[in-house]
Amino acid sequence: MSATLSQPVRSKISVKDLNFYYGKFHALKGINLEIPENKVTAFIGPSGCGKSTLLRTFNRMFELYPEQRAEGTIALDGENLLTSKQDVALIRAKVGMVFQKPTPFPMSIYDNIAFGVKLFENLSASDMDDRVEWALKKAALWTEVRDKLQQSGSGLSGGQQQRLCIARGIAIKPEVLLLDEPCSALDPISTAKIEELIAELKSEYTVVIVTHNMQQAARCSDYTAYMYLGDLIEFGATEQMFFKPQRKETEDYITGRFG
Amino acid sequence: MTTAERLLSIKALDETRAAKFAGRKRVNQIALTLSLAAMAFGVFWLVWILWETLRQGIGGLAIATFTEMTPPPNEAGGIANAIFGSVVMVAMATFVGTPIGIMAGIYLAEYNPKGWLSNVTRFVNDILLSAPSIVIGLFVYAVVVAYFKSFSGLAGGLALALIVIPVVIRTTENMLQLVPPGLREAAYALGTPKWKVILSITLRAARSGVVTGVLLAVARIAGETAPLLFTALNNQFWTSDVTQPMASLPVTIFKFAMSPYENWQQLAWAGVFLITVAVLALNILARVLTRNKL
Repeated sequence: MSATLSQPVRSKISVKDLNFYYGKFHALKGINLEIPENKVTAFIGPSGCGKSTLLRTFNRMFELYPEQRAEGTIALDGENLLTSKQDVALIRAKVGMVFQKPTPFPMSIYDNIAFGVKLFENLSASDMDDRVEWALKKAALWTEVRDKLQQSGSGLSGGQQQRLCIARGIAIKPEVLLLDEPCSALDPISTAKIEELIAELKSEYTVVIVTHNMQQAARCSDYTAYMYLGDLIEFGATEQMFFKPQRKETEDYITGRFG
Repeated sequence: MTTAERLLSIKALDETRAAKFAGRKRVNQIALTLSLAAMAFGVFWLVWILWETLRQGIGGLAIATFTEMTPPPNEAGGIANAIFGSVVMVAMATFVGTPIGIMAGIYLAEYNPKGWLSNVTRFVNDILLSAPSIVIGLFVYAVVVAYFKSFSGLAGGLALALIVIPVVIRTTENMLQLVPPGLREAAYALGTPKWKVILSITLRAARSGVVTGVLLAVARIAGETAPLLFTALNNQFWTSDVTQPMASLPVTIFKFAMSPYENWQQLAWAGVFLITVAVLALNILARVLTRNKL
């Protein structure tokens, strides 16, 4: 099934005939999709439909597991990521990811941010201070942690840890930010903060978010893709998806008759 | 159902509940008594060992114990050479065994957890882990001591290292497996190369567990006698030359405790006391390190 965009926007990632397998299990079936640049795209669908699987192909995260494989094309600015000669580390520097569970590294808050930056840039100490502050401010965490940058990252609350992970992700200045259910372990206040953050991030980044929460998709995304059992059922502007979906299946899922 | 019938059925249910509950309480009491008895049995022997060590060992402790060499029968002396020899050989074994053990553990947990080489390594490691230490002593005797035609501290250290390695491999692998996969993925997602993920993230997250494994291995070899009997042998004089036979606490204790001489027996108890205190300290240190982990 293919989906095209109604408005003319530049696409950052274009997925063509993507098939994905967990061993023998065919998890993604011929996905075609254009992720627009500097917009928020949400993937929705019931558990096990392949949303996270699709997201994890965009930074080749699946390669950590030898029994998983992807076939087809995922082009980032025209270059196929799956066959790219580029080192996967360089791809991941351009395509950042934040996971469902907060994963602070076992080091100080400051080093959590500086860790990724040091991998790709040689910054002076004061430039690094500036970068850490910038990233923490972007992630709306700076005021809460400015006095305890040298304390362990695992001492923060769940919501703060997740914002720390977002700060860590944007500190290396990626072009695309993948968010895999970033709010599912958080309380409503932390969720609201992260949603505000997503709205702010899209001016500079292309954001792709997987969510189980339909209100969240409606609130913070510009485009929505509905997936079911490894198929992309419908893709379009979020407003259109929620108010007049083209397909019966999408309508059933969104209105809660199914799923 | 009439009101009376309903009240009756409620009463019956109440009675069954109370009877069932009393039964569970009895079973609970029996189980609790049995486990307390089992614990008391274990603690009884441990306390007795510690008490006896303390009582007999304190008597043999004096400044001379730490400054003088092992004496001939019925003469005053200490066990300074044995203490020093033990420290040297345990240190050698730790410095050789720890890096090898940690690196092998990293290979098993991070590089090739399901490969055939890892499965073979694990199997062989388990055998080595449970091999009687006298077998290891005899092996080093046949390979090193017989070849150089000399007992030596080096051979003793090597035999102890062979005991350290499997313990450290096992604990390192287990501790690395406990690191949540999400932490690894998060590090890879930043574009971190594999060696750096292991060194800066997973090994760091598991560090207190890995250190604990090393400490427990050290505690284990500090009291090993059998691997030193045919390798380092013994030496009644001070030596820091590791190519020479070397005294050690366990072997000295073995020799002195079996002797009919009163002063040797005293020194043996002092040695036992020192080893016990050292092992106890290492175990407590290991406990403290794991407790501080999260």
